[in-house]
Amino acid sequence: MTDAAESSPDLNFTRVPEVGCAPIGSAAEIRLAQLWESAPGWRGWLSTVDHKEIGLRYLVTAFIFLLMGGIEALIMRVQLASPNQTLLTPEQYSQLFTMHGVTMIFLYSLPILSGFSNYLWPLMLGSRDMAFPRLNALSYWIFLFAGIFLYSSFPLGEAPNAGWFNYVPFSGLEYNTGPNIDVYALGMVLLGISTTVGAINFVVTLFRMRAPGMSIERVPILVWGTLTASVANIFAIPSVSLAFFLLWLDRQVGTHFFDVVNGGKPLLWQHLFWMFGHPWVYAVVLPAMGIVSDALPTFCRRPLVGYSAVALSTMATMLLGFGVWIHHMFATGLPTLALSFFGAASMVISIPSAVAVFAWIATIWLGRPVFNTPFLFFAGFVLLFVIGGLSGVMTAAVPLDFQLNETYFIVAHLHYVLLGINVFPVIGGIYYWFPKFFGRMMNETLGKWSFWVMFIGFNLGFFPMHVAGLLGMPRRIYTYAPNMGWSTVNMVTSVGSFVFAAGILIFLVNIVVSLKRGVLAAPNPWDAPTLEWATPSPPPAYNFAVIPFIASRHPLWEDRLDEGAGRSSLERGYLLMEGRETIGTTPLDAIPDIILKMPEDSYTPFFVGLFSALAFTGLLLHWGGFTVLMALACSLSLIVWMWPRTALVQRAPYIKQDTGAVHG
Amino acid sequence: MNDYESRFRHCVAGKYAFFSMALAAEPTSATLAENGVAPLNYFLHSYGPASTPTMYLGWVFVALLAAIFVIIALLLAGAIFHKRPAEDPRPIGREDEGMPWIYIGTGVSTCILFALTIYTLVTLNVIAKPIDAPALTLTVTGYDWWWKVEYEDDDPTRRFVTANEIHIPVGVPVLVKLKSADVIHAFWVPMLAGKTQMIPGLTNQQWLQADTEGVYRGQCTQYCGVQHAHMGLEVVAQSNAEFRKWQDAQRRSAVTASVTGIDAGKQLFLDRCAGCHTIRGTEAVGAHAPDLTHLKSRRLIAGGLLTNTPDHLVKWITHTQDLKPGARMPSVELTPTEISSLSAFLSTLY
Repeated sequence: MTDAAESSPDLNFTRVPEVGCAPIGSAAEIRLAQLWESAPGWRGWLSTVDHKEIGLRYLVTAFIFLLMGGIEALIMRVQLASPNQTLLTPEQYSQLFTMHGVTMIFLYSLPILSGFSNYLWPLMLGSRDMAFPRLNALSYWIFLFAGIFLYSSFPLGEAPNAGWFNYVPFSGLEYNTGPNIDVYALGMVLLGISTTVGAINFVVTLFRMRAPGMSIERVPILVWGTLTASVANIFAIPSVSLAFFLLWLDRQVGTHFFDVVNGGKPLLWQHLFWMFGHPWVYAVVLPAMGIVSDALPTFCRRPLVGYSAVALSTMATMLLGFGVWIHHMFATGLPTLALSFFGAASMVISIPSAVAVFAWIATIWLGRPVFNTPFLFFAGFVLLFVIGGLSGVMTAAVPLDFQLNETYFIVAHLHYVLLGINVFPVIGGIYYWFPKFFGRMMNETLGKWSFWVMFIGFNLGFFPMHVAGLLGMPRRIYTYAPNMGWSTVNMVTSVGSFVFAAGILIFLVNIVVSLKRGVLAAPNPWDAPTLEWATPSPPPAYNFAVIPFIASRHPLWEDRLDEGAGRSSLERGYLLMEGRETIGTTPLDAIPDIILKMPEDSYTPFFVGLFSALAFTGLLLHWGGFTVLMALACSLSLIVWMWPRTALVQRAPYIKQDTGAVHG
Repeated sequence: MNDYESRFRHCVAGKYAFFSMALAAEPTSATLAENGVAPLNYFLHSYGPASTPTMYLGWVFVALLAAIFVIIALLLAGAIFHKRPAEDPRPIGREDEGMPWIYIGTGVSTCILFALTIYTLVTLNVIAKPIDAPALTLTVTGYDWWWKVEYEDDDPTRRFVTANEIHIPVGVPVLVKLKSADVIHAFWVPMLAGKTQMIPGLTNQQWLQADTEGVYRGQCTQYCGVQHAHMGLEVVAQSNAEFRKWQDAQRRSAVTASVTGIDAGKQLFLDRCAGCHTIRGTEAVGAHAPDLTHLKSRRLIAGGLLTNTPDHLVKWITHTQDLKPGARMPSVELTPTEISSLSAFLSTLY
């Protein structure tokens, strides 16, 4: 028994949960399974609030969006492979590059990380679910519906077409009369709801749902990354939702926020967008960096070097990230003094990244690397991270950015950042946690092939874009003349992009093959240190039969690390099986202070999501009555959702009672 | 050549003598594209004090960052492949080792970044404005998808308007005021200066200077709609005498009255084109499209898409929407007779 567990009993509590063991097959374990499993069939599918199910849905949905965005990119690469091609009309090209950006930035890069975090957080933190399971389900459903909403106008040839940062007045009604931009504006406000409720859920989960003893300095770096990203999103999303809402008002109600003729300011859009946009860039890389910080040590057979430094640098990056949005606007004619400040701040932001890079290299150097597929992806990631970071330093230099801005150099930089720092860790992460997700190992041979094809294809495709940018090729041009000197680099880029796509295809084949024929996985096939590997593969619905007590950062390596700290107790812990229950702990020291009653499965999140998406559809199509009806239906669903129920009373009345006779 | 330029060259000459000589040796009198140089290649080519310090900054950054990349890549390779003792003393490494990596690595990175930041800010200050007062001021207004160019003068009768081709005298700073008539564009002549957005409702400005005679390509770099790709311009830097000659010619109205045999074409222009285009000296005063008073004096047409030959001009007028889909100008349907009379008229617009 650990210190934390001994300190937990508190006279204020009216019920102290029983401590015990619940091995697989015991009566207690069977009862837990009955309590937590969702109903079979479509009813369970629609109503489940299991974070693992929701996490997997996030992963699968976001990956499908990645494939769609990728196909859009490949079509564009055919168009640009040689000069003066006419495969696409200019308007088709505009819609393709806009949807490619919207898809990758909003529908893939954050949702895929939310997928990992949703699945892994409770397992890593020793909890039975997220803090707000129904909110979690709602977050997924709205994400799905917002994605469908944003794509709904694509087949009609009316997709968003003003680039993903959608500058006014080009996106205003005067220059963009179709529904294209309304789809984008409403879709983004809808998606913002999903991201915001998801972020709140992560923050509360971190501070209240950790297993006893998992004090704040013992949580995995992925948790730090997602926490930082979530806090940032809570502050950043309002800015972009506001921007898109104001734009929608300008377009549909006739307000003048961005309307120059009536005193509106186009620059306001750029500020609002990038005040969101820059923190967002960090929100979609910090959790991915966390994946590497947590998984790389497993393959180096040693803990991460400089845990505290890496955790602090994660937060420092985000704090600085709120102060550098102007570096997207160096060419807008702002005063030199202001540019100097923001340029210098943009340089400083690479210092925390340096901390992480040297921590990873030191971890590999001091460890004994095992060359499994995930390790290859993480080591490759470090190299791409460095390239993306260094090209970022170039764009932070104001005079250079006057040249580099809006050229292919920026395209190269942002793809090294988003593919290098997001896609490579994500694929590595899928190889790493696949056995936990599905109980089977992924194929190593195909895995290594997929890495090398992706890595070579990626660099072949995207490195020449730097050169195209230095040769002066602007972004977002649908074709170019042969005498501009860009023909060779574009052909190489197009070839590389198809090689990269082939690597993704090998990865997909590997998924399908491994799902069917992969070797069955033990609970901890990689001999990893963190708590999620203490559960069976795949984990049962209740995650942990008993809530464990945690004594260190590496509960599964304690015997071998021999750091002199206490031992975590994984087999014996709080039983908590009077309904769906888990333990709530204090924010910093994780001392248990409450029994949390977790909600049952419910259809309401699905219906709230569906009706709100339909209400937005009504707004788009100017169906006033329909919109009101859907808003009412949405409110009704919320009332059903929120209806007070005695079973969910979380704390027993403050009176002396015998343990066990609590809630009612 | 002003003394700013020579001072600048002195202070960097030691470091970059090799590159500067390589640059000086380049022929620049004709268009750069004709010499096999990518016309927007600002990384290796710069011809004025508003962009040359940035070019050197770029070289220093690329050299230094490439070196850093190589060092980190070698460290990573070393970390992966360095020899380890065959006997494993511990099954799992200790957590508290390795901090010097972070201290040294981050410390060195911070010092390098600090130096780069200083160099960057000094460069920014140098290119922020010219040392001498601008010798010429002009206003460029972005339109979908072409550029209106207005030459200012204290005497209103000496002001004039042209499009898509900017002439400047060599060796003196030129102030360019930047406006937009519709959406956001960005003015960029990379071999002479960095880019600046043209934002509706605002007047931005930048300066540029060409120290070598030649033709410098420019391009819109802010996505502004379907024909963003075909929104080019050219800056022609010429000797002071040639520039004055050009300027005087541009100030004149078109002389159409004295030329015979163009009445049919002129009437056709007034009927079909004058709603948008202006030809000074005629009744054509449209303001939505390029001023065509001295159309034949320009090197390119259609926002830099085509060279200005009679064939291209006819093709452009009759097949506008095929050549530049989405352009504001319609494809004009003309009979062969109409084509030849319109061509005859346009060919007088020197």
